[in-house]
Amino acid sequence: MKQIRWTLWLPLALFGVFFVLVASQLINPAGTTVESAMIGKPLPEFTLKPANADRPGLATQDMRDGQPRLLNVFASWCVPCAAEAPQLSALERGGANIVGVAIRDRPEDVAAFLAQHGNPYSRIGADDLSEVQVGIGSSGVPETFVIDGKGMIRYQHIGDIRDADVPMLLEKLREAAQ
Amino acid sequence: MIAEFGLAALWLAAALAALQLVAGALVLGRDEPALSALVRPAAVVQGVLAALSFAALILLFVETDLSVRLVAENSHTEKPMIFKIAGAWGNHEGSMLLWVTIMSLSGGLIALIERRLPERTMIATLAAQAFVGLGFYAFLLFSSNPFARLSPAAPEGLGLNPLLQDIGLAFHPPTLYLGYVGLSVAFSFAVGALLTRQVTPEFARAMRPWVLGAWIFLTIGITAGSYWAYYELGWGGWWFWDPVENASLMPWLAATALLHSASVLAARDALRAWTIMLGVVAFSMSMIGTFLVRSGILTSVHAFAVDPERGSFILALLVLYIGSALTLFGLRAGTVAEGERFSVTSREGALVVNNVALSAILAIVLVGTLYPLVTEAFDIKVSVGPPYFNPVSALFFLPMLLVLAVGPLLRWRRDSLGRVQNEVVLVAIVALLVLAGVWFNTSIGLLPLLGLALSVAVALASVLPLRGRNLRRLPLAVWGMVFAHLGIAVALFGMSADSAFTKEKLVAATPGETVEVGPWKVKFETVEPVAGPNWTALEGVLSASYSGGKARQMAPQSREFWSPVQQTSESALLTRWNGQLYAVLGDEIEGGRWQLRLWWKPFVIWIWLGGLMIGFGGFLALVGRVVDDLKRRSLQQRIARRRRTAADEEAAA
Repeated sequence: MKQIRWTLWLPLALFGVFFVLVASQLINPAGTTVESAMIGKPLPEFTLKPANADRPGLATQDMRDGQPRLLNVFASWCVPCAAEAPQLSALERGGANIVGVAIRDRPEDVAAFLAQHGNPYSRIGADDLSEVQVGIGSSGVPETFVIDGKGMIRYQHIGDIRDADVPMLLEKLREAAQ
Repeated sequence: MIAEFGLAALWLAAALAALQLVAGALVLGRDEPALSALVRPAAVVQGVLAALSFAALILLFVETDLSVRLVAENSHTEKPMIFKIAGAWGNHEGSMLLWVTIMSLSGGLIALIERRLPERTMIATLAAQAFVGLGFYAFLLFSSNPFARLSPAAPEGLGLNPLLQDIGLAFHPPTLYLGYVGLSVAFSFAVGALLTRQVTPEFARAMRPWVLGAWIFLTIGITAGSYWAYYELGWGGWWFWDPVENASLMPWLAATALLHSASVLAARDALRAWTIMLGVVAFSMSMIGTFLVRSGILTSVHAFAVDPERGSFILALLVLYIGSALTLFGLRAGTVAEGERFSVTSREGALVVNNVALSAILAIVLVGTLYPLVTEAFDIKVSVGPPYFNPVSALFFLPMLLVLAVGPLLRWRRDSLGRVQNEVVLVAIVALLVLAGVWFNTSIGLLPLLGLALSVAVALASVLPLRGRNLRRLPLAVWGMVFAHLGIAVALFGMSADSAFTKEKLVAATPGETVEVGPWKVKFETVEPVAGPNWTALEGVLSASYSGGKARQMAPQSREFWSPVQQTSESALLTRWNGQLYAVLGDEIEGGRWQLRLWWKPFVIWIWLGGLMIGFGGFLALVGRVVDDLKRRSLQQRIARRRRTAADEEAAA
């Protein structure tokens, strides 16, 4: 009996392992969002027709001119996209060059959306089949990517941009310029 | 007024639980007859108060009192009455109150009827029960008050998740809870016995009805839950290895092992420490399951009431209960002598193999459920599903069934395989014949093939213990065992047949078209709009005939609920003894065509039929045990009375 007494403590030890495992998860919950595997990689090749009469369309070529940009994935039917409009304007005022990718949208809806919420975009491509969205590893709208001057994806922001994110994104753009 | 009454009753019940714990602990420290007399009544009154509190909550839901936050969030004036009532426990707070109510009612019941155990062990058990109960009272009162008011009152309720607006689901959680909480009683018994070092056959007999009761409810709950998922989710599957399902399966596995090891302890005074261990583990699995489902750590298709703060609270309770019980086990189990010895070839030996296999399956399910958590710590996302669970658990499940076929034929203590040679050979031949027959006539996978052969073998072996016995004088407990084992064979047959022979058709059909699936011809007649109390639906009208027989109507629906807005698929089923036709109406595609999904699932209902048989077997055993106990008790009383009379006469003389 004596030599196997340590086995009596085995259940408690196993429970200890379980506790450490779940406690670490509770303290540090895993992200519920899906991160792009494309960070650090170049943008895929694409050419999108204009989504809106006022702005030109968007192609990979346009983003290799040495200037960093924010690429904002949005849609007129997306409620959080409307919510982040003021923050996008603030980013534009802060000197960010923002290009848009409108997901599964109609030109008249995009025009109405921009008329209501303002137009911070220098170019807007119409991604009617979500090809670009899937290609750059975005899982929903809105999402915002930091693209450096060589067309490399440097950072991904999932969900709407809040006030606190504005300086952070400007900082990321500055880093991407170096 | 009712809400305040309910809250007051809950506070009083919690206070009585505290009294029960303190008095019990003092009695254990040193003998205090005055305090000792307090413990049992405290347990009874606590149970009554908790029940009153729960009754108050139900009343609030019946009246749809929208000044109570919980009612406003989970009910609606337009909801059918039965779902208003079920709404009382169809949410986090209400289900926790139901948990506490069942737990304290069973505590009160032990206090009233249990007379077999030594008084000190009984007091220790009730103190342990109060210890567990207090944590849940604290949880309710400080973090999840079901009676919280909403000011100003809501103009209308938010409703109940339409997926949950189903009669099966309304009674599914209470059934499972009766199981979980029954295991809390087994846990308290185990802790009580450890505290007083009274791990005896008497203890096993006292604990066994509670384990049996819990196990019956778990069995029925799991069976019903599986059937609910099958017809309500519209996926045509009956088990998904989802964390929520695993949360109910793990305590069932532990309870099944406990049931068998308690039998060994009761009959042969062996496996003492192991039985105690399982008593602790079974309830731990209920708690861990509840925790995983409610903390939001694991994502599940039907996760609910997810909240990290509540998760932390339950985790604290887990540490308190499981941690202290396992510490006590480490300290004390060594002093509980091992008990009687037995040889490997014996009833005990077979039951030990059963216990080891069940524990292994439990470990497999637990590891599979937790594995995504481990990899997430290294930033790798995985999901563990049937490709892992099915073959790995079968690795232990199939050999366990082999032992199940032989075990009940063996004698206690010592036996030889030679004595049961004929039976074993008979079962083996039948199994091989089935195996060969299926192998040559079909091309099905290895697991379903083995499953079919073993199910027939187990069915035969389950009824063999009846052979040569006087059936009318056979104890009910033996009938229970036969039924439960037969149920396992029936369920296994259904599972194997379903996974081997299911036929599926997914078509885009225009009204008027006829679709063939398996032996069925299904005519898609038309699609009509229909309306219910809080939903509208498009209903497909199908007429199906089985191999040229009379046509029967089916009406699968695609439902739209409006409060809250949600779309659900109501599948339609046609049941025959040899299987089920399963139809789901999907969306309209262009050109007046509709998505239509049809399954022919041979023998699929045998899965749940088997589950119910297992539960019924448990019920027979429970009735048998209780009747035996009552008989023994009245006999003892009669003997005692006779002794007293004799003593009196002697004194008079």
